[in-house]
Amino acid sequence: MALYLLRRIMQSGFVLVAMSLLVFIGVYAVGDPIEILISPDADQEEKERAIRALGLDLPLWQQYLVFVSRALQGDLGRSFVFNEPAIQLILQRMPATLELAFGSMIIAIIIGLPLGLYAGLRPDTWGSKTIMAGSILGFSLPTFWVGLMLIMIFAVQLGWLPSTGRGDTAVLFGIPWSFLTIDGLSHILMPAFNLALFKISLVIRLTRAGVRETMLMDYVKFARAKGLSPTRVTFVHVFKNILIPVVTVLGLELGGTIAFSVVTETVFAWPGMGKLIIDSINVLDRPVIVAYLLMIVVMFIVINLIVDIVYTLLDPRVRLESKGT
Amino acid sequence: MSAPTLEVRGLSTHFFTRAGVVKAVENVSFTVGRGKVMGLVGESGSGKTVTGFSVIGLVDPPGRIVSGEILFKGRNLVGMPEQELRDLRGNRIAMIFQDPMMTLNPVLRVDTQMIETVQAHQKVDRETARQRARDTLGMVGIPSPDERLKSYPHQFSGGMRQRVAIAIALLHQPDLIVADEPTTALDVTIQGQILAEVQKLAATTGTSLIWITHDLSVVAGLADDIAVMYAGRIVEQGPVEQVLDAPFHPYTHGLIGSVPSRNKRGVPLRQIPGMTPSLLSLPPGCAFRARCERPIDACGDMPELTERAPGRFARCCNPHLEAVA
Repeated sequence: MALYLLRRIMQSGFVLVAMSLLVFIGVYAVGDPIEILISPDADQEEKERAIRALGLDLPLWQQYLVFVSRALQGDLGRSFVFNEPAIQLILQRMPATLELAFGSMIIAIIIGLPLGLYAGLRPDTWGSKTIMAGSILGFSLPTFWVGLMLIMIFAVQLGWLPSTGRGDTAVLFGIPWSFLTIDGLSHILMPAFNLALFKISLVIRLTRAGVRETMLMDYVKFARAKGLSPTRVTFVHVFKNILIPVVTVLGLELGGTIAFSVVTETVFAWPGMGKLIIDSINVLDRPVIVAYLLMIVVMFIVINLIVDIVYTLLDPRVRLESKGT
Repeated sequence: MSAPTLEVRGLSTHFFTRAGVVKAVENVSFTVGRGKVMGLVGESGSGKTVTGFSVIGLVDPPGRIVSGEILFKGRNLVGMPEQELRDLRGNRIAMIFQDPMMTLNPVLRVDTQMIETVQAHQKVDRETARQRARDTLGMVGIPSPDERLKSYPHQFSGGMRQRVAIAIALLHQPDLIVADEPTTALDVTIQGQILAEVQKLAATTGTSLIWITHDLSVVAGLADDIAVMYAGRIVEQGPVEQVLDAPFHPYTHGLIGSVPSRNKRGVPLRQIPGMTPSLLSLPPGCAFRARCERPIDACGDMPELTERAPGRFARCCNPHLEAVA
């Protein structure tokens, strides 16, 4: 296990290096931030000074080396726009995005698993057919449209839920969180549900497919032949076997939601990271873009590692070993 | 005289598929006395497995028992409420499946799978159930049962897994065990061991057995009575030595003839030409007619199962009676 973790960390290091190179070159190719950052009235001398101050006068490979040597000391550069450390900018907005992403994940599990289970166990009933048809809608309706509709119905027409912002926050570990206050929860509900809709459909379909496949296995029939109650057969024998694909996909989805919930954050004016990255790309704020993408890479690596560890808990046949068996 | 352990009368189990009604089991009757072993023999698709599942009440839709009685110690299992059936299953009637790799749930430890079986039928605490599980594992010849209880199924070999499955079947010292080809997936030496083990256990505990197999050599050494099935019907029935020494039905004749044995070196093996007919479109008359080596005109009508010698029944218009005559 320790050896396995060590190898994984080394591999992750390589991924990070490769990713930083790609991102750096990519951002460089996108455009010259000087044109955007400096007023057109500035004279040549002022311009040169600004370029030198930002370190943009060096050739690309030197810029990269400077970036790497600073990154190794924990400094991912300062934002051109806000003149603040990029990492700090991102971390400030991270809690908002994290609670939104986890909120949507919890909604997806709470709604998706039971519906999928039902649809898998009773595939021919009207209820199941309705669930499956609904899941197609969940897959195909565009997020922004659903978000607007939710606001239309629950904020404008019914006036039950607030439409924008995080609402009241309470501080935990020195960080403000919305989910700790009633007002904050009422703010988070709609955007989280909006993000969850796609995931609910995904969980329903995965669960249903898993249940239908598992129900045909001999060990389920054997469990019934032992005289176990249907409840025990379903929730112990079947359920544990279907969790692996669900955990895999939800892990990846979680990463995707944290990194790219831009649309929902925009629709509900949720002050998260998605808004930040879009703004930064608009003004070519290179340090923020690079820092953001690297953070996302780290996050995916961590999530995948957690998913792998969860596998070993769910399926005793899976062993984390450095060599394949 | 007390009632036999199991008496099946005129059992018909049909599957109502989209392509039509599959008469998997048609008018099957047999009796298994206390402590007796009944061999149910036939090719794939002859209905022997469905017969077994009918007895334990686990015929899944679209299948259904359409007529007949299954009297277990005088109680009719057909039409019995599911709750009462479940009380019998794994308790008084147990089942062992064909593929030991598939019958144990891969994600649950052996102790979990055994203890739940004990607790499904008896209100005992975990520790008592665990001790029973351990003792039963020891009884079926699993070394160091205490440690093995903590293992997962994939840590056992195929033969050991089948022993675990047998141990689970024996936990409540059932009156009847339905064994569906339990040795088919094992290699020959293990097969021998398991057969000897089962024979010993049946003799000491007075458990009756229905041993479903396509392997006549297994039945020869194990069973008291034998029923040969073809296309959903019993075609020959009687005490095992008599049937194997002098089969009446040409199909039984063919089955025995196709067992390879040493004294026929150099002589091409006999085989039954053709294949089992589709149960969806059985021709009228004797189902074996097209493959029979001695058909006569009367075969155009389905022959009845008639007593051709004391205790010996055959469903044939032109049986091999010469041998006994």
